[in-house]
Amino acid sequence: MRTIWRTLDRSERRDIAVVCLGVGVIGLSYGSSAVTSGLPLWVPMLLAVLVIAGASELLFVGIIAAGGSPIAAVLAGLLVNARHVPYGLGLPDVIGRGWRRVLGTHVMNDESVVFALAHPDPVRSRAAYWISGLGILLCWPLGAALGALLGTVAHDTDAFGLDAMFPAVLLALVLPSLRERDKRLAALTGAAIALATVPILPAGLPELLALVGLATLGIRRAAR
Amino acid sequence: MNATEHEPVVLIAAILALAAGTFACRLAGPLLRSRLQVPEPVQRVLETAAIVLLTALVATTALTQGHAPAGPARPIGVAVAGILAWRKAPFLVVVLSAAAATALLRLAGLA
Repeated sequence: MRTIWRTLDRSERRDIAVVCLGVGVIGLSYGSSAVTSGLPLWVPMLLAVLVIAGASELLFVGIIAAGGSPIAAVLAGLLVNARHVPYGLGLPDVIGRGWRRVLGTHVMNDESVVFALAHPDPVRSRAAYWISGLGILLCWPLGAALGALLGTVAHDTDAFGLDAMFPAVLLALVLPSLRERDKRLAALTGAAIALATVPILPAGLPELLALVGLATLGIRRAAR
Repeated sequence: MNATEHEPVVLIAAILALAAGTFACRLAGPLLRSRLQVPEPVQRVLETAAIVLLTALVATTALTQGHAPAGPARPIGVAVAGILAWRKAPFLVVVLSAAAATALLRLAGLA
């Protein structure tokens, strides 16, 4: 663990810390909104520890709070989390073997994946993945717990613009990859497809449908 | 609207089901990768797939709210952050600029 910590230089560790703090702050608003919508305190906390995937948890809590069926809530959450399958396929070998695999698998999330992909060097990629993954495993449940305890106090987080932080973080982290023309074309095509289908598809599906953007790789290759 | 109408047992079962299913989604990729050798070009496509997903996630979380377009404040905030990131501003500045710009716009009455 200590060697992993030392693999990255100070500025990289600081970037990861900023993201983890941001995730913790989003957790605040999630915990408080879950409690103010009438759910018991332990629900957001249990979800935060066992699921660690913000979007699906918010959706789950929203459906339950609105009186929807638990089965619908689970299915909606799973649909949103299906993106972890292609994530896992695209990840370099960062997770490791044996007992570590369980924890390494559990800390796979948007942020840890994008940090891992930001490093071409496998050793640094692994360090970035683990430090950000474990940091989020710590900060997300802590934020959710704190938000749940504060309840209505932390409720109106939109006023602070916190909802802009998550897309901004991901954008800053994927930008270097988008400097490659092939990846940029595929990603922008995919994003356009996702945006076009948001009004008509259930949550989670538009992002998966974005993978159709990968077809541009084949089209470009054929054109050469 | 009564969120507490479900028995705690039902809620716990639902949470465990979501947790187990999510873990399975996370496990699928690494498990498949360790079982079979993925050729280099395929690996490149898969890596691009992750970037495509993340970019789509940026687009939908920045620009939409539920099934409709989001109000102007958040998209502008994220755009400000994007420009700063493109200019290679420090990461902390980028993230805080998104929240600050969005908050200021909302303060000014833009949703």
